[in-house]
Amino acid sequence: MTSGVATLSREAPSPTLGRAVPRLRAEAHPHASVTDAPELVLVQPEAEKRRGLPRPLRRAIGPVLLVAIWHVLSVTDVLSPTVLAGPATVLSSAASLWATGELQAAILASLGRAASGLAIGGTIGVTLAVISGLFRLGEDLIDSTMQMLRTVPNIALIPLFIIWLGIGEAPKVALIALATAFPLYLNVYAGIRNVDQTLVEAARTLGLSRPAMIRHVILPGALPNALVGLRYSLGVAWLALVFGEQVNATAGVGYLMNNAREFFQTDVIVVCLVVYALLGLIVDFIVRLLERVLLAWRPAFSGA
Amino acid sequence: MNGRDSHDLAVRVRGLTRRFGERAVIDTLDLDIRKGEFVALIGASGCGKSTLLRILADLDHGITGEVRVPQRRAVAFQAPRLMPWKPVWRNVTLGLPGGDQRRRAEAALAEVGLSHRSDVWPKVLSGGEAQRTSLARALVRDPDLLLLDEPFGALDALTRIKAQHLVAELWQRRRCAVLLVTHDVEEALLLADRVLVMREGVIARSIPVTLERPRRLDNPVFAALRGELLDLLGVSDDVAGRRAA
Repeated sequence: MTSGVATLSREAPSPTLGRAVPRLRAEAHPHASVTDAPELVLVQPEAEKRRGLPRPLRRAIGPVLLVAIWHVLSVTDVLSPTVLAGPATVLSSAASLWATGELQAAILASLGRAASGLAIGGTIGVTLAVISGLFRLGEDLIDSTMQMLRTVPNIALIPLFIIWLGIGEAPKVALIALATAFPLYLNVYAGIRNVDQTLVEAARTLGLSRPAMIRHVILPGALPNALVGLRYSLGVAWLALVFGEQVNATAGVGYLMNNAREFFQTDVIVVCLVVYALLGLIVDFIVRLLERVLLAWRPAFSGA
Repeated sequence: MNGRDSHDLAVRVRGLTRRFGERAVIDTLDLDIRKGEFVALIGASGCGKSTLLRILADLDHGITGEVRVPQRRAVAFQAPRLMPWKPVWRNVTLGLPGGDQRRRAEAALAEVGLSHRSDVWPKVLSGGEAQRTSLARALVRDPDLLLLDEPFGALDALTRIKAQHLVAELWQRRRCAVLLVTHDVEEALLLADRVLVMREGVIARSIPVTLERPRRLDNPVFAALRGELLDLLGVSDDVAGRRAA
């Protein structure tokens, strides 16, 4: 095979190549022996590289393995139920909590808090980001303030919120609102400021008015960053929810968890943890879906 | 040159100066472009030709002097500068006043041979297709002055030839004034009625090109003009003679 290739490379290039001919000839060392020919490697077609399990299944291997190990440890009594209940127990207590309607009520209460907190915090964060992103006056007034406030750990504000807002729903929602406002603010602001200047210029030559420029160029250009901000916000919303619900809650997943702690019900605690995790996963899935729909235009690397 | 009356002009520039710091990139420059005239502006890189185009496009305001341009202008840049978040036809009509936008976009896209691409995202267009979309976006505005800033610079050689033919054809049909900024002498001679050579911030030479269209590279007059322009740009055509230059 190698000798065949070497013969080919020694053939004179087609004369139609014109000026390139002398250069090619110079590279084709006429005195090189057959053994000098480079060893050739096969370029693999993509279809052959892909083998084994389809991706969704492959992604499930890790979590399934983890649960399996946990189950084995519980069944063999290496893990005592007072430390951590086994998956089977967790599943049955989840079923009974669902049957009494406790679980659904708790999830609804928690989701309601997260949603209203995110709605308030998101509105504030996005509005401030748009103002300081679009106007220099807004930037001067808002940005330094926001940069200063964002360094305050918002969990540390719980005591103040309790003093100001009591122990009802208000401090919990306020905590989530505060936590979610910052990631959205930072990312939307950065997104607006990173819009490609050449596109803004092109739009100007097309005669776009300022409102049209904002609507058709600047906001769509900031959208990828805004969605990153939304993802961060949802992450911290969950965190803030968990902290908020530890404070005198009378409903919600956190309340369920606090109650379970009183009675050493590790199974119920695990159920609550799983619920938090599942809610997080579902929300993340929704954001991914949103990204796929809203950012379909984006030519981006999607992983090898 | 005849037709100096200002109502006959698409561009009138008098005593234009643009400074970047101490350096005057454009230094008391005068320029007239007649209605419907195709003018190519060539010059070494950094001679201020793109700056001049940006001034005519109303993108650069740090100027002194008098600049008059038509209300209806359109620009095609070297990069197509399409909004990636808008499908092709919406890119074409972006900022276009009036209704019936879809039909007008389709008509402009048909003119550049891209009817079949009107609904796709810009990311799937080839370089040449993106540049043609950018041309359609300029043409749909029915401009009195079309400003082309090295629009073929980023295209491969074959696509560039096709795009040049397309621009020649579109200009024959539309007869708007065109200012083509380029560093390609052949391109300037293939397309323009007049070639301006810019040097040290002014129009150093204005060379009328009276050749019949469509023009051919192997025409002896063409070759002579090409040699003359290369001389003016301080480049020798002869590869062996490069040492002497």
